[in-house]
Amino acid sequence: MEHETRVAYGELLIELAKENANIVVLDADVSKSTKTIEFKSVAPGRFVSAGIAECNMMGMAAGLAASGKIPLVSSFAVFAVGRAFEIIRNSIAYPNLNVTIIATHAGLSVGEDGASHQSIEDIALMRALPNMRVFVPADYYETKAIIRHAIELDGPCYVRLQRGKSEDIYNEKSLFDFERIKTLREGSDVCIIATGLMVQEALKAVDILKNFDIDPTVVEVSSLKPVDDKGILDVVRRHKFNFTFEEHNIIGGLFSTIAETVAGKNSNVVIPIGIQDEFGESGKPKDVLKKYGLTADHLVKVILSTAR
Amino acid sequence: MNNDELKIHAINVRKNIVDMVYFAKSGHIGGSLSATDITTFLYFEKMNIDKENIKKIARDRFVLSKGHASPLLYAVLNEKGLLNEDLHTFRGINSRLQGHPSMRCLDGIDMSTGSLGQGVSAAVGMAIANKMDGNDHHIYCLMGDGECEEGLVWEAMMSAHYYELHNLTYILDYNGLQLDGTLKDTIGPEPFKEKFEAFGLKVFECDGHDFDSIRDAFLKCDQIKDTAQVVIAHTVKGKGVSFMENDTLWHGNAPNQKQYELAIRELGGQL
Repeated sequence: MEHETRVAYGELLIELAKENANIVVLDADVSKSTKTIEFKSVAPGRFVSAGIAECNMMGMAAGLAASGKIPLVSSFAVFAVGRAFEIIRNSIAYPNLNVTIIATHAGLSVGEDGASHQSIEDIALMRALPNMRVFVPADYYETKAIIRHAIELDGPCYVRLQRGKSEDIYNEKSLFDFERIKTLREGSDVCIIATGLMVQEALKAVDILKNFDIDPTVVEVSSLKPVDDKGILDVVRRHKFNFTFEEHNIIGGLFSTIAETVAGKNSNVVIPIGIQDEFGESGKPKDVLKKYGLTADHLVKVILSTAR
Repeated sequence: MNNDELKIHAINVRKNIVDMVYFAKSGHIGGSLSATDITTFLYFEKMNIDKENIKKIARDRFVLSKGHASPLLYAVLNEKGLLNEDLHTFRGINSRLQGHPSMRCLDGIDMSTGSLGQGVSAAVGMAIANKMDGNDHHIYCLMGDGECEEGLVWEAMMSAHYYELHNLTYILDYNGLQLDGTLKDTIGPEPFKEKFEAFGLKVFECDGHDFDSIRDAFLKCDQIKDTAQVVIAHTVKGKGVSFMENDTLWHGNAPNQKQYELAIRELGGQL
Protein backbone atom coordinates (compact mmCIF):
# COMPACT_ATOMS: atom_id res chain seq x y z
CA MET A 1 0.00 0.00 0.00
CA GLU A 2 0.99 3.59 -0.61
CA HIS A 3 0.13 6.58 1.57
CA GLU A 4 1.05 10.24 1.75
CA THR A 5 2.94 11.10 4.92
CA ARG A 6 1.15 14.45 5.07
CA VAL A 7 -2.16 12.59 5.18
CA ALA A 8 -0.87 10.77 8.25
CA TYR A 9 -0.15 14.19 9.74
CA GLY A 10 -3.67 15.42 9.02
CA GLU A 11 -5.26 12.32 10.54
CA LEU A 12 -3.06 12.56 13.61
CA LEU A 13 -4.00 16.22 14.08
CA ILE A 14 -7.64 15.23 14.54
CA GLU A 15 -6.62 12.85 17.32
CA LEU A 16 -4.28 15.39 18.92
CA ALA A 17 -6.93 18.11 18.90
CA LYS A 18 -9.05 15.92 21.16
CA GLU A 19 -6.23 14.64 23.33
CA ASN A 20 -4.35 17.80 24.24
CA ALA A 21 -5.99 21.19 24.72
CA ASN A 22 -2.60 22.92 24.74
CA ILE A 23 -1.79 21.99 21.16
CA VAL A 24 -2.16 24.83 18.67
CA VAL A 25 -1.47 24.63 14.94
CA LEU A 26 -0.11 27.39 12.71
CA ASP A 27 -0.01 27.45 8.92
CA ALA A 28 0.93 29.95 6.23
CA ASP A 29 -1.86 29.67 3.65
CA VAL A 30 -1.03 26.11 2.63
CA SER A 31 -3.26 24.26 5.11
CA LYS A 32 -5.01 22.32 2.35
CA SER A 33 -1.65 21.05 1.14
CA THR A 34 0.03 20.43 4.50
CA LYS A 35 -3.26 18.93 5.82
CA THR A 36 -3.35 21.17 8.89
CA ILE A 37 -6.83 22.06 7.64
CA GLU A 38 -7.90 18.85 9.41
CA PHE A 39 -7.02 20.46 12.73
CA LYS A 40 -8.81 23.66 11.78
CA SER A 41 -11.95 21.68 11.02
CA VAL A 42 -12.11 20.18 14.52
CA ALA A 43 -10.44 22.89 16.63
CA PRO A 44 -10.85 26.22 14.81
CA GLY A 45 -10.17 28.23 17.98
CA ARG A 46 -6.71 26.70 18.24
CA PHE A 47 -5.75 27.09 14.59
CA VAL A 48 -3.73 30.20 13.79
CA SER A 49 -3.64 31.26 10.16
CA ALA A 50 -0.52 33.34 9.60
CA GLY A 51 -1.28 34.25 6.03
CA ILE A 52 1.60 34.13 3.58
CA ALA A 53 4.04 35.29 6.23
CA GLU A 54 6.28 32.46 7.41
CA CYS A 55 8.59 34.66 9.47
CA ASN A 56 5.74 35.99 11.58
CA MET A 57 4.31 32.48 11.83
CA MET A 58 7.53 31.31 13.51
CA GLY A 59 7.59 34.40 15.74
CA MET A 60 3.99 33.81 16.80
CA ALA A 61 4.77 30.16 17.49
CA ALA A 62 7.62 31.27 19.76
CA GLY A 63 5.26 33.58 21.66
CA LEU A 64 2.64 30.86 21.99
CA ALA A 65 5.24 28.40 23.30
CA ALA A 66 6.57 31.02 25.74
CA SER A 67 2.98 31.23 27.01
CA GLY A 68 2.68 27.50 27.65
CA LYS A 69 1.12 26.35 24.39
CA ILE A 70 2.44 23.47 22.27
CA PRO A 71 2.62 24.86 18.73
CA LEU A 72 2.87 22.68 15.63
CA VAL A 73 3.94 24.89 12.74
CA SER A 74 3.58 23.93 9.11
CA SER A 75 4.37 25.15 5.65
CA PHE A 76 6.38 23.85 2.72
CA ALA A 77 9.92 23.04 3.82
CA VAL A 78 11.57 25.58 1.56
CA PHE A 79 9.59 28.45 3.12
CA ALA A 80 9.20 27.15 6.67
CA VAL A 81 12.88 26.73 7.33
CA GLY A 82 14.46 28.61 4.44
CA ARG A 83 12.66 31.91 4.60
CA ALA A 84 12.11 31.89 8.35
CA PHE A 85 15.50 30.48 9.31
CA GLU A 86 16.73 33.32 11.46
CA ILE A 87 13.46 33.59 13.37
CA ILE A 88 13.65 29.86 14.09
CA ARG A 89 17.23 30.35 15.24
CA ASN A 90 16.80 33.32 17.54
CA SER A 91 13.20 33.03 18.74
CA ILE A 92 12.79 29.22 18.93
CA ALA A 93 16.12 27.36 19.07
CA TYR A 94 18.10 29.84 21.18
CA PRO A 95 15.42 30.11 23.91
CA ASN A 96 14.84 26.34 23.52
CA LEU A 97 11.08 26.74 23.14
CA ASN A 98 8.74 23.83 22.69
CA VAL A 99 7.86 24.33 19.03
CA THR A 100 7.52 21.46 16.53
CA ILE A 101 8.02 22.47 12.92
CA ILE A 102 6.36 19.98 10.58
CA ALA A 103 7.32 20.88 7.04
CA THR A 104 5.83 19.16 4.03
CA HIS A 105 6.74 19.18 0.32
CA ALA A 106 10.42 18.63 1.07
CA GLY A 107 12.86 17.37 -1.54
CA LEU A 108 12.69 16.82 -5.29
CA SER A 109 9.47 14.79 -5.07
CA VAL A 110 7.56 18.08 -5.07
CA GLY A 111 7.95 17.53 -8.79
CA GLU A 112 6.31 19.92 -11.20
CA ASP A 113 6.71 23.08 -9.11
CA GLY A 114 10.42 22.93 -9.75
CA ALA A 115 13.61 23.91 -7.97
CA SER A 116 12.21 27.03 -6.29
CA HIS A 117 9.92 24.76 -4.28
CA GLN A 118 12.22 21.77 -3.83
CA SER A 119 13.89 22.05 -0.47
CA ILE A 120 17.24 20.28 -0.58
CA GLU A 121 18.96 22.02 2.32
CA ASP A 122 16.37 22.06 5.11
CA ILE A 123 17.96 19.17 7.04
CA ALA A 124 21.33 20.94 6.92
CA LEU A 125 19.81 24.19 8.20
CA MET A 126 17.93 22.54 11.04
CA ARG A 127 20.74 20.17 12.04
CA ALA A 128 23.09 23.11 12.44
CA LEU A 129 20.91 24.71 15.12
CA PRO A 130 21.76 23.91 18.75
CA ASN A 131 18.76 22.49 20.69
CA MET A 132 16.97 21.45 17.46
CA ARG A 133 16.12 17.80 16.84
CA VAL A 134 15.60 16.55 13.29
CA PHE A 135 13.34 13.69 12.21
CA VAL A 136 12.58 12.25 8.77
CA PRO A 137 9.93 9.51 8.70
CA ALA A 138 9.88 6.96 5.89
CA ASP A 139 6.18 6.17 5.70
CA TYR A 140 2.66 6.87 6.88
CA TYR A 141 2.90 4.87 10.13
CA GLU A 142 6.27 6.22 11.12
CA THR A 143 5.08 9.77 10.47
CA LYS A 144 2.38 9.47 13.12
CA ALA A 145 4.78 7.91 15.61
CA ILE A 146 7.48 10.52 15.01
CA ILE A 147 5.14 13.47 15.41
CA ARG A 148 3.80 12.04 18.67
CA HIS A 149 7.38 11.53 19.83
CA ALA A 150 8.35 15.10 18.87
CA ILE A 151 5.44 16.58 20.79
CA GLU A 152 6.38 14.66 23.91
CA LEU A 153 9.94 16.02 23.80
CA ASP A 154 10.51 19.37 25.46
CA GLY A 155 12.23 21.79 23.09
CA PRO A 156 12.24 22.45 19.35
CA CYS A 157 11.88 19.68 16.75
CA TYR A 158 11.89 19.60 12.96
CA VAL A 159 9.90 16.91 11.14
CA ARG A 160 10.37 16.58 7.38
CA LEU A 161 7.53 15.24 5.23
CA GLN A 162 7.04 14.97 1.47
CA ARG A 163 4.23 15.83 -0.83
CA GLY A 164 3.78 12.49 -2.56
CA LYS A 165 3.00 8.94 -1.60
CA SER A 166 5.43 6.47 -0.13
CA GLU A 167 5.22 2.71 0.19
CA ASP A 168 4.19 1.42 3.58
CA ILE A 169 7.21 -0.01 5.33
CA TYR A 170 5.64 -0.43 8.74
CA ASN A 171 2.13 -1.19 9.95
CA GLU A 172 -0.26 -0.31 12.76
CA LYS A 173 1.46 -2.72 15.12
CA SER A 174 5.02 -1.49 14.49
CA LEU A 175 6.95 -0.32 17.52
CA PHE A 176 9.41 2.52 17.13
CA ASP A 177 12.51 3.47 19.05
CA PHE A 178 13.73 6.77 17.64
CA GLU A 179 16.94 6.66 19.62
CA ARG A 180 18.20 3.82 17.46
CA ILE A 181 18.71 3.29 13.76
CA LYS A 182 16.54 0.53 12.33
CA THR A 183 17.95 -2.41 10.44
CA LEU A 184 15.17 -3.24 7.99
CA ARG A 185 17.03 -6.16 6.54
CA GLU A 186 20.30 -7.84 7.38
CA GLY A 187 22.66 -8.68 4.51
CA SER A 188 26.40 -8.85 4.03
CA ASP A 189 29.21 -6.72 2.57
CA VAL A 190 27.01 -3.93 1.23
CA CYS A 191 24.96 -1.61 3.42
CA ILE A 192 22.46 1.02 2.30
CA ILE A 193 21.77 3.68 4.91
CA ALA A 194 18.63 5.54 3.86
CA THR A 195 16.23 8.15 5.12
CA GLY A 196 12.76 9.37 4.18
CA LEU A 197 11.41 8.56 0.75
CA MET A 198 14.66 6.81 -0.20
CA VAL A 199 13.98 3.96 2.23
CA GLN A 200 11.40 2.50 -0.16
CA GLU A 201 13.83 2.87 -3.08
CA ALA A 202 16.53 1.13 -1.06
CA LEU A 203 14.21 -1.81 -0.46
CA LYS A 204 13.36 -1.96 -4.18
CA ALA A 205 17.08 -1.99 -4.93
CA VAL A 206 17.48 -5.06 -2.76
CA ASP A 207 15.27 -7.06 -5.11
CA ILE A 208 17.23 -5.92 -8.14
CA LEU A 209 20.61 -6.58 -6.52
CA LYS A 210 19.62 -10.20 -5.84
CA ASN A 211 20.05 -10.78 -9.56
CA PHE A 212 23.67 -9.76 -9.16
CA ASP A 213 24.25 -11.94 -6.10
CA ILE A 214 24.51 -8.94 -3.86
CA ASP A 215 22.72 -9.17 -0.55
CA PRO A 216 22.62 -5.71 1.04
CA THR A 217 21.77 -4.65 4.54
CA VAL A 218 19.23 -1.81 4.66
CA VAL A 219 19.27 0.59 7.57
CA GLU A 220 16.81 3.41 8.13
CA VAL A 221 17.86 6.59 9.92
CA SER A 222 14.78 8.55 10.96
CA SER A 223 16.35 10.61 13.74
CA LEU A 224 19.12 12.61 12.09
CA LYS A 225 19.66 14.60 15.25
CA PRO A 226 20.35 13.25 17.72
CA VAL A 227 21.70 10.36 15.72
CA ASP A 228 22.45 6.86 16.97
CA ASP A 229 26.26 7.12 16.78
CA LYS A 230 26.84 3.70 18.28
CA GLY A 231 24.44 1.98 15.91
CA ILE A 232 25.93 3.72 12.89
CA LEU A 233 29.52 2.90 13.80
CA ASP A 234 28.56 -0.69 14.39
CA VAL A 235 26.79 -1.09 11.06
CA VAL A 236 29.43 0.78 9.07
CA ARG A 237 32.24 -1.32 10.56
CA ARG A 238 30.44 -4.55 9.78
CA HIS A 239 30.17 -3.77 6.06
CA LYS A 240 32.78 -3.45 3.36
CA PHE A 241 30.79 -0.87 1.42
CA ASN A 242 28.35 1.65 2.88
CA PHE A 243 26.06 3.86 0.80
CA THR A 244 23.97 6.74 2.11
CA PHE A 245 20.75 7.49 0.26
CA GLU A 246 18.73 10.67 0.77
CA GLU A 247 16.38 13.11 -0.96
CA HIS A 248 18.53 16.03 0.20
CA ASN A 249 21.79 17.68 -0.71
CA ILE A 250 24.61 15.35 0.30
CA ILE A 251 26.14 18.39 1.99
CA GLY A 252 24.63 18.74 5.43
CA GLY A 253 22.10 15.91 5.24
CA LEU A 254 22.28 12.17 5.87
CA PHE A 255 25.71 11.68 4.27
CA SER A 256 27.16 14.44 6.44
CA THR A 257 25.48 12.99 9.51
CA ILE A 258 26.94 9.54 8.88
CA ALA A 259 30.33 10.90 7.81
CA GLU A 260 30.54 13.02 10.95
CA THR A 261 29.87 9.98 13.08
CA VAL A 262 32.27 7.73 11.21
CA ALA A 263 35.06 10.28 10.92
CA GLY A 264 34.73 12.12 14.17
CA LYS A 265 32.59 11.03 17.04
CA ASN A 266 33.92 7.89 18.76
CA SER A 267 36.60 7.32 16.13
CA ASN A 268 40.00 8.88 15.62
CA VAL A 269 39.90 9.57 11.90
CA VAL A 270 39.24 13.31 12.13
CA ILE A 271 38.60 14.91 15.50
CA PRO A 272 36.24 17.87 15.46
CA ILE A 273 37.35 20.81 17.58
CA GLY A 274 34.98 23.74 17.31
CA ILE A 275 31.64 24.82 18.70
CA GLN A 276 30.08 21.64 20.06
CA ASP A 277 26.49 22.25 18.97
CA GLU A 278 25.70 24.89 21.58
CA PHE A 279 24.90 28.59 21.49
CA GLY A 280 27.55 31.05 22.63
CA GLU A 281 27.24 33.85 25.14
CA SER A 282 28.37 37.38 25.90
CA GLY A 283 31.89 38.17 26.97
CA LYS A 284 35.10 39.68 25.75
CA PRO A 285 36.04 37.87 22.53
CA LYS A 286 39.08 36.23 24.12
CA ASP A 287 37.03 35.06 27.11
CA VAL A 288 34.32 33.60 24.88
CA LEU A 289 36.83 31.85 22.61
CA LYS A 290 38.59 30.41 25.66
CA LYS A 291 35.42 29.16 27.34
CA TYR A 292 34.34 27.36 24.18
CA GLY A 293 37.73 25.75 23.56
CA LEU A 294 38.76 27.81 20.56
CA THR A 295 42.34 28.46 21.60
CA ALA A 296 45.78 27.00 20.84
CA ASP A 297 45.93 25.76 24.44
CA HIS A 298 42.75 23.74 24.06
CA LEU A 299 43.84 22.41 20.69
CA VAL A 300 47.15 21.26 22.19
CA LYS A 301 45.33 19.63 25.08
CA VAL A 302 43.11 17.63 22.74
CA ILE A 303 46.04 16.65 20.52
CA LEU A 304 48.11 15.50 23.47
CA SER A 305 45.28 13.52 25.01
CA THR A 306 44.65 11.82 21.66
CA ALA A 307 48.05 11.39 20.04
CA ARG A 308 50.15 10.40 23.04
CA MET B 1 2.36 55.93 41.75
CA ASN B 2 2.91 59.68 41.80
CA ASN B 3 5.10 61.35 39.25
CA ASP B 4 7.80 62.36 41.73
CA GLU B 5 8.34 58.75 42.77
CA LEU B 6 8.39 57.63 39.15
CA LYS B 7 10.95 60.33 38.40
CA ILE B 8 13.25 59.13 41.18
CA HIS B 9 13.03 55.53 39.92
CA ALA B 10 13.75 56.71 36.36
CA ILE B 11 16.85 58.62 37.47
CA ASN B 12 18.13 55.57 39.35
CA VAL B 13 17.51 53.46 36.26
CA ARG B 14 19.38 55.95 34.06
CA LYS B 15 22.35 55.99 36.43
CA ASN B 16 22.54 52.20 36.33
CA ILE B 17 22.30 52.17 32.53
CA VAL B 18 25.28 54.52 32.26
CA ASP B 19 27.10 52.57 34.95
CA MET B 20 26.59 49.18 33.28
CA VAL B 21 27.72 50.33 29.86
CA TYR B 22 30.72 52.16 31.33
CA PHE B 23 31.89 49.07 33.23
CA ALA B 24 31.20 46.72 30.31
CA LYS B 25 32.94 49.17 27.95
CA SER B 26 30.21 48.38 25.43
CA GLY B 27 26.43 48.42 25.13
CA HIS B 28 23.62 50.63 23.95
CA ILE B 29 23.12 53.74 26.06
CA GLY B 30 21.17 56.10 23.78
CA GLY B 31 18.19 53.87 23.06
CA SER B 32 18.09 52.70 26.68
CA LEU B 33 17.87 56.25 27.99
CA SER B 34 15.18 57.25 25.47
CA ALA B 35 12.82 54.49 26.64
CA THR B 36 13.61 54.75 30.37
CA ASP B 37 10.57 56.79 31.39
CA ILE B 38 8.12 54.60 29.48
CA THR B 39 9.57 51.35 30.81
CA THR B 40 9.78 52.69 34.36
CA PHE B 41 6.13 53.72 34.12
CA LEU B 42 5.13 50.23 32.90
CA TYR B 43 6.97 48.36 35.65
CA PHE B 44 6.10 50.70 38.53
CA GLU B 45 2.55 51.68 37.67
CA LYS B 46 1.00 49.67 34.88
CA MET B 47 2.06 46.02 34.95
CA ASN B 48 1.19 43.41 37.59
CA ILE B 49 4.64 41.91 38.00
CA ASP B 50 6.23 41.22 41.38
CA LYS B 51 8.40 38.69 43.24
CA GLU B 52 5.45 36.34 43.79
CA ASN B 53 4.28 36.08 40.19
CA ILE B 54 7.55 36.57 38.31
CA LYS B 55 7.89 32.89 37.34
CA LYS B 56 4.28 32.63 36.21
CA ILE B 57 2.94 32.93 32.70
CA ALA B 58 -0.33 34.35 34.05
CA ARG B 59 0.78 37.94 34.57
CA ASP B 60 1.32 41.01 32.44
CA ARG B 61 4.33 40.52 30.20
CA PHE B 62 6.92 42.82 28.69
CA VAL B 63 8.78 42.08 25.48
CA LEU B 64 11.82 44.23 24.81
CA SER B 65 11.81 43.85 21.05
CA LYS B 66 14.60 46.41 20.75
CA GLY B 67 16.75 43.93 22.66
CA HIS B 68 19.88 46.02 22.37
CA ALA B 69 18.34 48.23 25.08
CA SER B 70 19.06 45.38 27.53
CA PRO B 71 20.73 47.73 30.07
CA LEU B 72 17.34 49.42 30.43
CA LEU B 73 15.53 46.14 31.13
CA TYR B 74 18.14 44.96 33.64
CA ALA B 75 18.20 48.36 35.37
CA VAL B 76 14.39 48.48 35.65
CA LEU B 77 14.15 44.90 36.99
CA ASN B 78 16.92 45.81 39.45
CA GLU B 79 15.14 48.98 40.54
CA LYS B 80 11.94 46.98 41.02
CA GLY B 81 13.80 44.45 43.22
CA LEU B 82 13.29 41.62 40.74
CA LEU B 83 16.92 41.13 39.78
CA ASN B 84 19.57 39.61 42.01
CA GLU B 85 22.65 40.11 39.86
CA ASP B 86 25.81 42.18 39.98
CA LEU B 87 25.10 44.79 37.30
CA HIS B 88 28.84 45.15 36.67
CA THR B 89 28.90 41.65 35.16
CA PHE B 90 26.80 42.92 32.23
CA ARG B 91 28.19 41.63 28.90
CA GLY B 92 30.94 39.70 30.69
CA ILE B 93 31.66 35.98 30.45
CA ASN B 94 29.45 33.69 32.59
CA SER B 95 27.00 36.53 33.35
CA ARG B 96 23.27 36.12 33.22
CA LEU B 97 23.15 39.72 32.01
CA GLN B 98 23.67 38.86 28.35
CA GLY B 99 24.35 41.56 25.76
CA HIS B 100 20.84 40.93 24.49
CA PRO B 101 18.22 39.53 26.88
CA SER B 102 17.98 35.74 27.21
CA MET B 103 14.84 34.28 28.79
CA ARG B 104 16.82 31.14 29.68
CA CYS B 105 19.14 33.17 31.91
CA LEU B 106 16.77 35.14 34.14
CA ASP B 107 13.22 35.08 35.47
CA GLY B 108 11.45 38.21 34.34
CA ILE B 109 12.86 38.17 30.83
CA ASP B 110 9.67 37.31 28.98
CA MET B 111 11.26 36.75 25.56
CA SER B 112 14.77 36.34 24.22
CA THR B 113 15.32 39.23 21.86
CA GLY B 114 18.08 41.01 20.00
CA SER B 115 17.26 40.32 16.38
CA LEU B 116 15.00 43.21 15.44
CA GLY B 117 11.36 42.57 14.60
CA GLN B 118 11.23 39.21 16.36
CA GLY B 119 9.91 40.41 19.72
CA VAL B 120 7.15 42.28 17.92
CA SER B 121 6.15 38.97 16.32
CA ALA B 122 6.46 36.84 19.47
CA ALA B 123 4.27 39.34 21.35
CA VAL B 124 1.44 38.51 18.93
CA GLY B 125 1.75 34.82 19.82
CA MET B 126 1.67 35.65 23.54
CA ALA B 127 -1.43 37.79 23.14
CA ILE B 128 -3.15 35.06 21.09
CA ALA B 129 -2.32 32.52 23.84
CA ASN B 130 -3.85 34.80 26.50
CA LYS B 131 -6.95 35.23 24.41
CA MET B 132 -7.29 31.48 23.86
CA ASP B 133 -7.06 30.95 27.61
CA GLY B 134 -9.54 33.72 28.29
CA ASN B 135 -7.27 35.50 30.74
CA ASP B 136 -7.07 39.28 30.96
CA HIS B 137 -3.30 39.73 31.26
CA HIS B 138 -1.76 42.31 29.00
CA ILE B 139 1.27 42.11 26.70
CA TYR B 140 3.42 45.22 26.36
CA CYS B 141 6.05 45.29 23.63
CA LEU B 142 8.65 48.03 23.26
CA MET B 143 9.97 48.48 19.74
CA GLY B 144 12.44 50.86 18.16
CA ASP B 145 11.65 53.27 15.38
CA GLY B 146 14.51 51.96 13.25
CA GLU B 147 13.22 48.46 14.02
CA CYS B 148 10.13 49.27 11.94
CA GLU B 149 12.32 48.98 8.86
CA GLU B 150 12.15 45.20 9.36
CA GLY B 151 9.39 43.65 7.25
CA LEU B 152 8.56 41.24 10.06
CA VAL B 153 7.17 44.16 12.10
CA TRP B 154 4.48 44.68 9.50
CA GLU B 155 3.65 40.99 9.20
CA ALA B 156 3.13 41.09 12.96
CA MET B 157 0.97 44.24 12.79
CA MET B 158 -1.24 42.55 10.21
CA SER B 159 -1.83 39.61 12.55
CA ALA B 160 -2.22 41.77 15.69
CA HIS B 161 -5.16 43.45 14.01
CA TYR B 162 -6.59 40.32 12.38
CA TYR B 163 -6.73 38.50 15.73
CA GLU B 164 -8.28 41.58 17.43
CA LEU B 165 -5.60 41.59 20.09
CA HIS B 166 -6.92 44.27 22.43
CA ASN B 167 -4.62 42.74 25.07
CA LEU B 168 -1.50 43.82 23.16
CA THR B 169 0.04 47.28 23.30
CA TYR B 170 3.12 48.24 21.32
CA ILE B 171 5.20 51.20 22.37
CA LEU B 172 7.24 52.88 19.67
CA ASP B 173 10.35 54.54 21.08
CA TYR B 174 10.36 57.32 18.50
CA ASN B 175 13.72 58.98 19.01
CA GLY B 176 14.35 59.50 15.31
CA LEU B 177 17.87 58.08 15.24
CA GLN B 178 19.42 54.78 14.28
CA LEU B 179 22.99 53.54 14.05
CA ASP B 180 23.78 55.05 10.66
CA GLY B 181 22.08 58.39 11.32
CA THR B 182 18.55 59.77 11.21
CA LEU B 183 15.69 57.52 10.12
CA LYS B 184 15.07 59.95 7.29
CA ASP B 185 18.61 59.69 5.96
CA THR B 186 18.78 55.91 6.31
CA ILE B 187 15.68 54.56 4.59
CA GLY B 188 12.76 56.69 5.81
CA PRO B 189 10.24 54.39 7.50
CA GLU B 190 7.96 57.31 8.38
CA PRO B 191 5.15 58.29 8.63
CA PHE B 192 4.43 55.84 11.46
CA LYS B 193 0.95 56.87 12.62
CA GLU B 194 -0.58 56.49 9.19
CA LYS B 195 1.16 53.18 8.60
CA PHE B 196 0.02 51.64 11.90
CA GLU B 197 -3.51 52.92 11.31
CA ALA B 198 -3.52 51.50 7.80
CA PHE B 199 -2.72 48.11 9.35
CA GLY B 200 -5.78 48.51 11.59
CA LEU B 201 -4.15 49.37 14.90
CA LYS B 202 -5.30 52.18 17.19
CA VAL B 203 -2.59 54.78 17.64
CA PHE B 204 -2.06 57.21 20.51
CA GLU B 205 0.82 59.62 20.86
CA CYS B 206 2.59 60.88 23.95
CA ASP B 207 5.62 62.74 25.18
CA GLY B 208 7.77 59.78 26.20
CA HIS B 209 9.42 61.77 28.97
CA ASP B 210 6.26 63.18 30.63
CA PHE B 211 4.55 60.75 32.99
CA ASP B 212 1.15 62.48 32.74
CA SER B 213 1.30 62.21 28.97
CA ILE B 214 2.47 58.56 29.12
CA ARG B 215 -0.25 57.66 31.64
CA ASP B 216 -2.92 59.30 29.52
CA ALA B 217 -1.88 57.33 26.40
CA PHE B 218 -2.01 53.97 28.21
CA LEU B 219 -5.40 54.82 29.75
CA LYS B 220 -6.67 55.43 26.23
CA CYS B 221 -5.26 52.05 25.16
CA ASP B 222 -7.18 50.39 28.01
CA GLN B 223 -10.43 51.54 26.41
CA ILE B 224 -9.76 49.75 23.12
CA LYS B 225 -11.48 46.38 22.95
CA ASP B 226 -11.23 45.35 19.31
CA THR B 227 -7.62 45.66 18.18
CA ALA B 228 -4.02 46.07 19.28
CA GLN B 229 -2.71 49.54 20.04
CA VAL B 230 0.44 51.49 19.41
CA VAL B 231 1.67 54.24 21.71
CA ILE B 232 3.97 56.44 19.68
CA ALA B 233 6.22 57.86 22.38
CA HIS B 234 8.11 60.91 21.19
CA THR B 235 11.48 60.57 22.85
CA VAL B 236 15.02 61.91 22.85
CA LYS B 237 17.85 59.47 22.28
CA GLY B 238 20.26 59.71 25.21
CA LYS B 239 17.67 61.54 27.34
CA GLY B 240 18.93 62.75 30.69
CA VAL B 241 22.60 63.16 29.84
CA SER B 242 22.86 66.40 27.92
CA PHE B 243 25.96 65.56 25.88
CA MET B 244 24.45 62.25 24.79
CA GLU B 245 21.10 63.65 23.69
CA ASN B 246 20.19 63.46 20.00
CA ASP B 247 23.61 62.20 18.98
CA THR B 248 23.96 58.91 17.07
CA LEU B 249 27.45 58.56 18.56
CA TRP B 250 25.70 57.30 21.70
CA HIS B 251 23.71 54.56 19.97
CA GLY B 252 26.28 51.94 20.80
CA ASN B 253 29.21 53.73 22.35
CA ALA B 254 30.58 53.45 25.87
CA PRO B 255 31.64 56.55 27.81
CA ASN B 256 35.22 57.06 28.98
CA GLN B 257 35.91 57.77 32.63
CA LYS B 258 35.51 61.54 32.30
CA GLN B 259 32.28 61.21 30.35
CA TYR B 260 31.01 58.64 32.83
CA GLU B 261 31.63 60.89 35.81
CA LEU B 262 30.04 63.84 34.03
CA ALA B 263 26.95 61.78 33.17
CA ILE B 264 26.51 60.38 36.71
CA ARG B 265 26.93 63.87 38.16
CA GLU B 266 24.35 65.33 35.81
CA LEU B 267 21.83 62.55 36.56
CA GLY B 268 22.47 62.92 40.29
CA GLY B 269 21.67 66.60 40.02
CA GLN B 270 18.22 65.74 38.67
CA LEU B 271 17.18 64.08 41.93
